[in-house]
Amino acid sequence: MRAPFPRLMTALLALGITTQAGAEEIWVSNEKDDTISVIDVATLEVVRTIPTGERPRGITFAHDYSVVYICASDSDAVQVMDPETGKILRDLPSGEDPEQFVLHPDNRHLYIANEDDAITTVVDTETRRVVAQIDVGIEPEGMAVSPDGKYVITTSETTNMAHWIDTATQELVANTLVDSRPRHAEFTVGSNEMWVSAEIGGTVSVFDVESKAEKTKIEFEIKGVHPDRVQPVGFEFTEDEKTVFVALGPSNHLAVVNAETYEVEEYILVGRRVWHMAFNGDKTLLFTTNGVSGDVTVVDVAKRQAIKTIKVGRFPWGAALRP
Amino acid sequence: MRIFYSVFGAALLTASASLAEVKLEVTYLKVEQELPPVLSNLDPIPLDLGLAGAEVGLKDNSTTGRFLGHSYALTVVQVALGEDPALAALGALETSPFVVIDAPGDVLRVIADLPEAENALLFNAASGDNALRDGECRANLLHTLPSDAMRTDALAQFFVKRRWDRLVLVEGTHPDDSAYAASLRGSLTKFGLKLRSEKTWAFDADMRRNAAQEVPLFTQDLKDHDVLLVADEIHDFGRYIAYNTWDPRPIAGSEGLTAVAWSEVVEQWGAAQLQSRFEDHADRHMKPEDYGAWAAMRVLGEAVTRTNSADPATLRDYILGPDFELAGFKGRPMSFRPWNGQLRQPIALVHPRAMVAMAPLEGFLHPVSELDTLGRDQPETNCTAFEGN
Repeated sequence: MRAPFPRLMTALLALGITTQAGAEEIWVSNEKDDTISVIDVATLEVVRTIPTGERPRGITFAHDYSVVYICASDSDAVQVMDPETGKILRDLPSGEDPEQFVLHPDNRHLYIANEDDAITTVVDTETRRVVAQIDVGIEPEGMAVSPDGKYVITTSETTNMAHWIDTATQELVANTLVDSRPRHAEFTVGSNEMWVSAEIGGTVSVFDVESKAEKTKIEFEIKGVHPDRVQPVGFEFTEDEKTVFVALGPSNHLAVVNAETYEVEEYILVGRRVWHMAFNGDKTLLFTTNGVSGDVTVVDVAKRQAIKTIKVGRFPWGAALRP
Repeated sequence: MRIFYSVFGAALLTASASLAEVKLEVTYLKVEQELPPVLSNLDPIPLDLGLAGAEVGLKDNSTTGRFLGHSYALTVVQVALGEDPALAALGALETSPFVVIDAPGDVLRVIADLPEAENALLFNAASGDNALRDGECRANLLHTLPSDAMRTDALAQFFVKRRWDRLVLVEGTHPDDSAYAASLRGSLTKFGLKLRSEKTWAFDADMRRNAAQEVPLFTQDLKDHDVLLVADEIHDFGRYIAYNTWDPRPIAGSEGLTAVAWSEVVEQWGAAQLQSRFEDHADRHMKPEDYGAWAAMRVLGEAVTRTNSADPATLRDYILGPDFELAGFKGRPMSFRPWNGQLRQPIALVHPRAMVAMAPLEGFLHPVSELDTLGRDQPETNCTAFEGN
């Protein structure tokens, strides 16, 4: 969906977005191009394309945005990049085939899912050493950290579990079964919940962090799309944690879920095989990576509408905000 | 009969095996078959065909099991030529009711009909025998490899979709070729297609040296066609047909565009991970028989994980029930057809270098599951052994 420029400008102005230079950027990792596409949030255009190691997937910034970490899966490294220059400063040891990771609130420890090795690797970004390797299920992928830093979650795609790692001991304290192929996990702050998407199961499970018991399971149904194709992967909470946007993979839709009632309120058509997402700074815009169509859809969060499609590299995967 | 070895999955992994509350022992029963001689020497058959898939499935199950106090073991029983497979099966059933079998259809019938197997849970991981999913089905025999009909239906869907509807067939003389050709004819009829002409390949000359002279003449009198179908399931002459035909036409069936449960060219839907796990383990590519055995192990593992039980009746009920689903790296959840024990699954249409499509193809609709557009569906089934499920 391509909005003509004037209408887009009106939309942006309506949202109170200014177009000054040096504003926010969305960084998108392109799995099959070995690049990052940098989207200027003000103009919604790709302003830079930066080469990376092989098969970049997970991407996240240090809390002070001084460096960006990139999982270069086929280079078996986590790369540390200077976001100003786009230069790779160094590689961190990551274990084999790092796919996705999460940065602990201490801004120092990276928890990395090693997809081929059934291991979660903990790396100290300061000493550049591996602090721990934790045996998890087959094909670890989704990574999340609780707001207080106490727990890290690894989801394993073939074992179908969320593994709860106690960050004080770096040991597993619980393993909770979810539906088939869990892909992504997130904690909430207010409700003390942990959410996990299951791609093949077609569900999102919500756990209570205290008891680690499942509170509910959310299902999806899109008219005219076969249920087998409705495959939840990435998801993101709005600032107030009242709404969740869930990417539904090859159904080419996002679901808008009420995070309090757990009901699906709406579906938004985006690009093909929608994967992961990132918000802009004030969370008025949502950027989705569309793996098959090789583009990014920009969604107006308040209106729940796709407003623009931006061509990026081949197989865009991860997305991260650089304010 | 040789009992090769036992792998105790849990013992391989951690000491937590001692905590195991549920232990599932599985026998992998391989019945060696007489292989007819073929023209080419290019395709060595791996000695661990099928078994390597079961071993990867065992590892997958054991990794999951150690978080739940479940342990898995695999015992391999190999039946040499001339030995009695029924005797070997009896031995296996004494230790465990769970047997994954690599054997031709007639041997599967004998094993499934043993009185000792009545309450067992047997998996056919290597035979595409259509009748075993239809009128000759057995309630204790589940199928993780697709039936021949599922594979030929996938091809027929592809021809309909591409509107390549002028088809001709060249058929070999081996019984496997005839069975496959019969399945092809059935699928073409099902999807409203017809063969324009058919020929039987019965040459005994060495096609490695004179295919360029023989094949053009042999194919010259076939009626005009879009695709030349080849039924050569023993892979004898088929490989010499391509590029030697009178008319420049693609070939499909046993050669060229093939419909398979698995192939090394499947890479989407996380398949690359399964491929690399398999290749690390076996040092070769994963083949359909490996996939069938892997899936059988994973079906059992998934059922144990969800039911916390190793009781065959409990597992069978869950496996055939509506809650069962297996992530099979083919883009859709897989489950069992409760009316004949066949694992529903997408079928890959491939050539040696890439996947062309994954059936069911878009547009082939079904009121229950699009996967049931492939193979014999419930309304037309002659299988009654599963009634009451």
